[in-house]
Amino acid sequence: MRLTQGTFSFLPDLTDEQIRAQIEYCLARGWALSIEYTDDPHPRNTYWEMFGAPLFDLRDAAGIMQELNACRATFPNHYIKLNAFDATRGIESLRLSFIVNRPADEPGFGLVRQEGPGRQQRYTTRAYATERPEGKRY
Amino acid sequence: MALAVHASTHIPWLEDTTMKQIGHRTLSAAERYKAGVLKYADMGYWDGDYEPKDTDVLAVFRITPQEGVDPTEAAAAVAGESSTATWTVVWTDRLTACERYRAKAYRVDPVPGAPGQYFAYIAYDLDLFEPGSIANLSASIIGNVFGFKPLKALRLEDMRLPVAYVKTFPGPPTGIVVERERLDKFGRPLLGATVKPKLGLSGKNYGRVVYEALRGGLDFTKDDENINSQPFMHWRDRFLYCMEAVNRAQAATGEVKGHYLNVTAATMEDMYERAEFAKELGSVIVMIDLVIGYTAIQSMSKWARKNDMLLHLHRAGHSTYTRQKSHGVSFRVISKWMRLAGVDHLHAGTVVGKLEGDPNTVQGYYGVLRETHNAVDLPRGLFFEQDWAGLGGVMPVASGGIHAGQMHQLLTYLGEDCVLQFGGGTIGHPMGIAAGATANRVALEAMVLARNEGRDIWNEGPDILAKAARHCQPLQAALDTWRDVTFDYASTDTPDFVPTSTAAA
Repeated sequence: MRLTQGTFSFLPDLTDEQIRAQIEYCLARGWALSIEYTDDPHPRNTYWEMFGAPLFDLRDAAGIMQELNACRATFPNHYIKLNAFDATRGIESLRLSFIVNRPADEPGFGLVRQEGPGRQQRYTTRAYATERPEGKRY
Repeated sequence: MALAVHASTHIPWLEDTTMKQIGHRTLSAAERYKAGVLKYADMGYWDGDYEPKDTDVLAVFRITPQEGVDPTEAAAAVAGESSTATWTVVWTDRLTACERYRAKAYRVDPVPGAPGQYFAYIAYDLDLFEPGSIANLSASIIGNVFGFKPLKALRLEDMRLPVAYVKTFPGPPTGIVVERERLDKFGRPLLGATVKPKLGLSGKNYGRVVYEALRGGLDFTKDDENINSQPFMHWRDRFLYCMEAVNRAQAATGEVKGHYLNVTAATMEDMYERAEFAKELGSVIVMIDLVIGYTAIQSMSKWARKNDMLLHLHRAGHSTYTRQKSHGVSFRVISKWMRLAGVDHLHAGTVVGKLEGDPNTVQGYYGVLRETHNAVDLPRGLFFEQDWAGLGGVMPVASGGIHAGQMHQLLTYLGEDCVLQFGGGTIGHPMGIAAGATANRVALEAMVLARNEGRDIWNEGPDILAKAARHCQPLQAALDTWRDVTFDYASTDTPDFVPTSTAAA
């Protein structure tokens, strides 16, 4: 399967040139970029690991690409995403978030069911990969 | 000039059409409260010198007076009948702080290009309204004036809700920002589809459509406004099958998915029961129809806030009173009321689809629903500055006759914070429902990517789509199927103020 979280997951993987153009777009709007990675891509896993603090003061795309490449070198087989944060009042949240690195093989998720009364089901979404410990999943 | 105090019951302003300066006379208290009929302007409902206070509720009406009725007096009559007045003088006014409670018409402008129509501005004191009640606000402003004989037609065009009043409403239970955080979806419009055919499917077949559409790439699917609990599909059955579909699609994609379960029912008790069941099954969103009424909407908003649920509002029925320019209530007012009442999604037009929607007018609604502050913008129909005082935003929903080939137009007109609903444009896809969903998602992501790269999507849109279709066969099929489908009809509800780019010669 292909994990389709993030803004551009239905497109072919973005090239570095395309990623850079998106970074430029975010910087031009005053947003702060940050890099996060995980090997637990459950749809409700809100807190991916931060690859350092958000890059509030790094305002050039080349610098951010460098950080991203460092993250890729450290975690080549993890999911990595780039987030853009907007501190404007009324938003104070992400404006863009897209995956820029993914494992070579994505086994996906199984659905665990528990049968309840009245035909109700309790569902648990479980990533096949997370049956192994953190760091050894992909 | 004729004496304007009449002791009989005839309509005074039909009596003397030569009077132009109405409402500027000063009457002694004894004259003012003498039993009989007085012009509304003379009763104090017109004050051309009135400076609206920051705490006043303001309204602008489009009035079409009957032949011979002075527009100023007509405006005063609307002010009177929407606040304290009745048709005759009552001495019991003198037991109240009546000067304060009288609404004041303070400005009347002819409508550009529409002879016989006027914009009447009216100010209402804050004390006239119950805090946090749309039922009370609307009963006051539109409760009693729309059938008034001296007016041929009347339309509530816009309102300014003062911050002091906005603060008495909790607003959307979730809001745009938190909705995005909960769903973990940023930087693009959300995608949805209404299950079709909207009537007749069994629960099992209905859930199939939900599963295919969500698995294929949509974020949401939706019950239609009239899917409640009919002989072919009872509500519990629908809820169970739809949640099976949602959970399957979530596991297949690793993304949060949702289906708007319509909990609209005959009574509040029924609606609460259905909403509770939706919550029990793990749904992230429930849906209601505008026809349930303002009080029921506010009750469901309260429930949604308490239960961490997104609340989707379908504007079923609104066109009966929003569409014609001369009479009714503008949808921008309904949008303001619904933001106060507290919903997370509201259908607000597509511009390019099958339903009514002039581009500027629709953009006006979108601004009202999602901005923190609206500036006066007459070409978009916004007559007043509006400060939303920290109230969350409502996600506008574009639904009705749209398809992937219009993606560049939709993104240009409607921006990012909205839900694009492709019902027929997903389910009617020649390669199947999931392929239809994929086509829409790929078209959307390709367009957002291109826009962010600085491309001119308005002009290059068709090229961008064609290029994206090279790696996505379903998109190619969608473009081929619906390439020439447009709904190009004149809008009935258009702005009256058109910006002119040339200086006066």
